Amino acid sequence: MDKQKRKKKIRLATAWLGGCAGCHMSLLDLDERLIDLFEVVELVYSPIADIKTFPKAVDVTLVEGAVANVDHLELAEVIRRNSTIVVSFGDCAVTGNVTSLRNRLKIDDLLTKVYHEGPGTAPRGLEEDGIMPALIPKVLPLHQVIHIDGYLPGCPPEPDHIWQAVSTLLDGQPVRLTQEMRYFG
Amino acid sequence: MSVVTLHINDEIVSARSDQKLLEVIREQGIEIPTLCHMDGISELGGCRLCLVEVKGSNRLLAACVTPVQEGMSVYTHSERLVNYRHITMELLLSERNHTCAVCVMNGHCELQYEAAELGVDHVRYEYMTPDLPIDASHSKFTLDHNRCILCMRCVRVCDEVEGAHTLDVMGRGTNSRIITALNRPWGDSISCTKCGKCVQVCPTGALFEKGSSVGEMEKRHAFLSWILNGRERKEWHW
Amino acid sequence: MNREELQVIGEREREKQQSYRCRILCCASTPCLSSGATAVIETFKEVIKEFDLEAEVTVTSTGCMGPCSRGPLVTVQMNGQQDVIYEHVTPELARDIALAHAAPEAKPLDRNVLPADLPFFNKQKKVVLANSGLIDPTRLESYVARDGYSALAHALREMTPTEVCEEVIRSGLRGRGGAGYPAGLKWDLVRKAPGDKKYIIANGDEGDPGAYMDRTLMESDPHRILEGMAIAGYAVGADQGFVYVRGEYPIAAKRLENAIRMAERRGLLGSRVLDSPFGFRIDIRIGAGAFVCGEETALMASIMGRRGQPWPRPPYPAQKGLWGLPTLINNVETFGNIAPIISHGADWFGAIGTEKSKGTKIFALAGTVETTGLIEVPMGISLRDIVFEIGGGIPNDRQFKAAQTGGPSGGCIPTDHLDTPVDYESLGALGSIMGSGGLVVMDDTSCMPDVAKFFMEFCMEESCGKCVPCRVGTVQLHRILEHVTDGSATLDDLDRLEELCVMMKETSLCGLGQSAPNPLLSTLKYFREEYEAHITNHTCPAGKCTMFGVPPLQLTRDLLRNTLQAKNDTEVS
Repeated sequence: MDKQKRKKKIRLATAWLGGCAGCHMSLLDLDERLIDLFEVVELVYSPIADIKTFPKAVDVTLVEGAVANVDHLELAEVIRRNSTIVVSFGDCAVTGNVTSLRNRLKIDDLLTKVYHEGPGTAPRGLEEDGIMPALIPKVLPLHQVIHIDGYLPGCPPEPDHIWQAVSTLLDGQPVRLTQEMRYFG
Repeated sequence: MSVVTLHINDEIVSARSDQKLLEVIREQGIEIPTLCHMDGISELGGCRLCLVEVKGSNRLLAACVTPVQEGMSVYTHSERLVNYRHITMELLLSERNHTCAVCVMNGHCELQYEAAELGVDHVRYEYMTPDLPIDASHSKFTLDHNRCILCMRCVRVCDEVEGAHTLDVMGRGTNSRIITALNRPWGDSISCTKCGKCVQVCPTGALFEKGSSVGEMEKRHAFLSWILNGRERKEWHW
Repeated sequence: MNREELQVIGEREREKQQSYRCRILCCASTPCLSSGATAVIETFKEVIKEFDLEAEVTVTSTGCMGPCSRGPLVTVQMNGQQDVIYEHVTPELARDIALAHAAPEAKPLDRNVLPADLPFFNKQKKVVLANSGLIDPTRLESYVARDGYSALAHALREMTPTEVCEEVIRSGLRGRGGAGYPAGLKWDLVRKAPGDKKYIIANGDEGDPGAYMDRTLMESDPHRILEGMAIAGYAVGADQGFVYVRGEYPIAAKRLENAIRMAERRGLLGSRVLDSPFGFRIDIRIGAGAFVCGEETALMASIMGRRGQPWPRPPYPAQKGLWGLPTLINNVETFGNIAPIISHGADWFGAIGTEKSKGTKIFALAGTVETTGLIEVPMGISLRDIVFEIGGGIPNDRQFKAAQTGGPSGGCIPTDHLDTPVDYESLGALGSIMGSGGLVVMDDTSCMPDVAKFFMEFCMEESCGKCVPCRVGTVQLHRILEHVTDGSATLDDLDRLEELCVMMKETSLCGLGQSAPNPLLSTLKYFREEYEAHITNHTCPAGKCTMFGVPPLQLTRDLLRNTLQAKNDTEVS
């Protein structure tokens, strides 16, 4: 990354849909490279930053997690509308992965099993409660909902892979991972 | 045995006349993906990953089943072929529930490896997410239909090498299913010798040894040619 | 039996038929049987008995007469008069017909009579179906009376095997199963293949939705197929033949079985055919309901008792077929052409049809036309003639929209190409195929993406599962078409659809997968605007599709609830 040439910092966002946050943990595992990263980028939205609404004019957004409910659909749409480049970040966003394991079940059966028959007092699992957003019939990988510019598979993607992808992106190159970095799982 | 001369990617190559194209191509050090092929058992020609272009033929031919011919001119990595292999891999990944992250074969899987090799970083088709059972009735092995790609290696090795023919296939189309003991639980099978060859040749985590957890299952393929060399030629070198 | 005895049998049968003043022929093929032909035949027999007319009037159960939608059909032949064909015959009407024709001053009824100059018959040319509707398929004599087995006798006595092959090559006959490979060349390949043991297979595993040419031929004139196979056996040096009959055709299998037994008893099949040194046996194998077993290699796997899956060619069946031996496999209709070619000569046959497609072709005309049924037309006739002349046009004042040829492997041909001659090359150039002979006519109430979906669903369910492009590709194509027809597809999906179609065509293992995208590709080519209307305007121009779906991104809370509600409602109703 050529730091001198860039005057304006790149506006980076990360988002968290239906996933386990492991990809964000892996991002944090960039460790000291995070310092390099934040010299050239400004984090404008992230689950690890206290920002409530998705801002406008974002350069790059990394999206973790699959699309599992209506809130995810709406956020995905907002992200696409306001970002120049959207990257599917991790296997859940790329393939649906563990989040999509519920796809073979009917939603009603799933909710009954988890919330009605589950332990403790849980919400009824219906979106009328205003507590839980309505689940969509099947969990979808992100690219089946919005246009995606790059894919970063892995569960989670290793810090080195993230670094490789992010640094090529910040150089204005499309995400192109080498063969050994392209693994699912 | 006579010798034939042919062109592979415009290089002149000689081969024995009883060889199949795939063998000759691999001898040249050219990597060509396969999933249903396995040294030591009969060919199936079903995964369609080893398709090659042969000059003068208007069809693409599967290298694993195509015999070499004098003067043929073969191309292994044309743009069209690379694209088709890519699509084939996407189709395979979309068919069943290949969730690498929670698979016993994660990191050792042939499907996963070939997908990465072919540059498949996402699947453009809808995932079918079928509801498939797992047969864990056997004392040593488990059959997980969710990860099966229907390459039939297990069926062929059980029939041709072990001679038990415990495994077979039923149904058709995408509803095809590997069955054990005439569609009864594997654990009830009288014919199964528990030799584990089916498990060792399975390219994915569809067949695995009990007790292995995520990423712990590794498979040995070389044993097959070792057994066959010993049985047929009495050569017992590992 | 020898050739002279054969002639005597034929002569005696002809005399017997002529001795009746009135011959009533009732169609006893599946379509007419299902609309009540059995009761009609019984009525005729009762009337004849009741009025003691056994010496003057005879009633015969025959094969198919053609316009099946007008069944049950009855033809009445009177010496010295023109034949009269009655449609929609009921037992009551049958009584009237019998009495009217048996009366001393016989006069046809004025009800339910098909006009003698009906275009349905005029434009046809019957070669393979020449006997169909005129002979009793359960009686060998009936076939022999119309010169049956004379071609076999001629070939055995006057021709060498090489000459038979050459004659078939010279005739220009092409395989009637769909691909149109020159039959004679195939025969010659098998003849030249080394080995003492060879096989002949007649493929009667017809499976295209709406097609029943092979069934009709097997039901109406089984001996014709046996004779063709025996000639082929003599030509290529095979002593064993199999007829592979689709499992859903019990009547065809029964009549073939009966025909084989009779031919063997008379020495027309068996160890010494017509007292010559040539021996030939035929057995029947019944399919078990898999469409893919119509594919030659899968069919052979099925005959051998294996799972009905194709294997990669080469080696071709002519080199390594049944049990690894040279095998000649042709469609039953191809074998139906052999006897006329040998009897009348290759030049006679070559004069029918076009330059590259010789002879005639049987089609099962179905869909929205006035008269549906089984037709045999010379190659090169235009689709317009078939639809508007023979079929009588589109009923209910609707417009013609498309003709689908070749079943799930074929394509849809739009109005602009109605004047295309029907032959192998012209149909291929339009993205369709001749196929085995299904021809479905559609009017403007048909939705083309919906039609494509129907055929894709068929292929999806019939894919054997051996190769990936066909096994998974058909399912994915069907999924995308479902999205198109429920309105949840995007324009990207159309590109994906096309790309996947081309990929499947080129990479699938056998003909099923290679041709499965044809209906889809051809509708996409000629009716793309209909696909786009479903996607961009969210409407189905033909009004067929429910359009309940929504593209994922437009799924909001309200819409999601509405869609699920609508889906539940339709499922409940």
